[in-house]
Amino acid sequence: MKVLVPVKRVIDYNVKARVKPDQSGVDLANVKMSMNPFCEIAVEEAVRLKEKGVATEVVIVSIGPAQAQETIRTALAMGGDRGILIQSDVDVEPLAVAKLLAAVVAEEKPELVLMGKQAIDGDNNAVGQMLSQLLDWPQAAFASKVELAGGKAVVTREVDGGLQTIEADLPAVITADLRLNEPRYASLPNIMKAKKKEIATKTTGDYGVDVSPRLKVLKVTEPAKRSAGIKVETAADLVAKLKTEAGVL
Amino acid sequence: MAVLVVADNDNAHLRDTTHKTVTAALAMSGDVDVLVLGQGADAVAAAAGQIAGVRKVLYAEGADVGHGIAEAISDTIVGLAGGYDAVLVPATSAGKNFAPRVAAKLDASPISDVVEVVSADTFVRPIYAGNAMETVQTGDKTKVLTVRPTAFKAAGEGGSASVEKSAAASAGKTRFKSEEMVKSDRPELTAAKIVVSGGRAMGSAEEFQRVIEPLADKLGAAVGASRAAVDAGYAPNDYQVGQTGKVVAPALYIAIGISGAIQHLAGMKDSKVIVAINKDADAPIFQVADYGLVADYKAAVPELMAALG
Repeated sequence: MKVLVPVKRVIDYNVKARVKPDQSGVDLANVKMSMNPFCEIAVEEAVRLKEKGVATEVVIVSIGPAQAQETIRTALAMGGDRGILIQSDVDVEPLAVAKLLAAVVAEEKPELVLMGKQAIDGDNNAVGQMLSQLLDWPQAAFASKVELAGGKAVVTREVDGGLQTIEADLPAVITADLRLNEPRYASLPNIMKAKKKEIATKTTGDYGVDVSPRLKVLKVTEPAKRSAGIKVETAADLVAKLKTEAGVL
Repeated sequence: MAVLVVADNDNAHLRDTTHKTVTAALAMSGDVDVLVLGQGADAVAAAAGQIAGVRKVLYAEGADVGHGIAEAISDTIVGLAGGYDAVLVPATSAGKNFAPRVAAKLDASPISDVVEVVSADTFVRPIYAGNAMETVQTGDKTKVLTVRPTAFKAAGEGGSASVEKSAAASAGKTRFKSEEMVKSDRPELTAAKIVVSGGRAMGSAEEFQRVIEPLADKLGAAVGASRAAVDAGYAPNDYQVGQTGKVVAPALYIAIGISGAIQHLAGMKDSKVIVAINKDADAPIFQVADYGLVADYKAAVPELMAALG
């Protein structure tokens, strides 16, 4: 079974994003960038499927600037087999990302797309669901457990109120939630090996997808600031302040 | 223009996230209908009709939509969306599961987690874990939005909209198997007036239950947790507050043994009053706390319980 894993290069999760003074966006110059944490979880799950002999090939695809090649290399060092970089210097909206991925699926014909549920920059949580709709494949989003057997995926999902288990026919789109696994760190030999793995470079035009934005970003601003309050000395002080000053008890 | 709000419900109860989404819809248009998807959810549909300002309730019944199967829900919505200029969905796990599908089918660019309606085509939403707010304008024929419920006041009661019942779509290739819901008499996390959250400092599930839950019960509060506590298995996934978990904005949020990572702050920094108890005086949580108590929770929580009487 071939597994396709889309990955995104995003601001490192430990870095606090800063808004540009001209309100045109978030300042990413000289900011540490990494693979989106949810994408790492998806790569890990795909590599484990390969190690178990369920997956035969793990193909990594990323849409982004030339540097997204580094993100693909990271995924290859974790155990991916080859990569596809769809180069774009403009930010591609989820709808167009889903269309590009649908075109990659048509070409690569995987039986499973495993991807992160959300990218921590745009925080849209949309592409996996949209891809599933465009392909008319079953969807299992926010997965915390995946079992594949007999042409079906049994997926436990994190939902409001607890966990839900569904069964989906393959091919399917599965999006990873936090508890699916703990991604590995690539070993040095694997990082060296990954340098020799193939990465095909494409453009968005190669897939005939119009990536011009549908949404007009009017401005990007700082959120309302919260300032630190006061320190109290004892729990009794705290309760007194919550009762009288804050009036919340 | 007309707006369709998709109700948040569990087949038995209508959640107030629906009322909050109706408020967002009413900021766009006076013509707001509510769609209830469920199985045996007649009471939910009737309750939706009582929301003030609602014109009409559509109730689509079916087993798959009752189990929250995304394909069945999105097909049903798309079938009904023709007469509407916008579809608004509460930004819950359930809503996020199907709303993007609706957008893809309608060839619309979805707008996630809307916290402010500027006008009928312009919206504000948080990006980068809430460290930036993006104002976007859409020209899509049918707009598809998820609405962050904590950012809107609940629409009141007093409506008397009629209910039109129909059959919902079913899903061909996805089947419900089972569910494992956290049973609790406590208020729901996203609707609670007070939330008590525990972090990694608890060290075990037993300690989490021993420390956090009695305090929550004393305050009539919901229980939350940091990602670290959930990842470590101290608390169920449903408790997670943060960028990718639940977003809460209670009147009082008490963070115990939580350091305050960016991702956690994204889920609670709109709370009215924030209290932090942490033995590390440099923990980032203190930068957003109205009241900070630098203390080991092991001593502070029993004292807090005693002070509450």
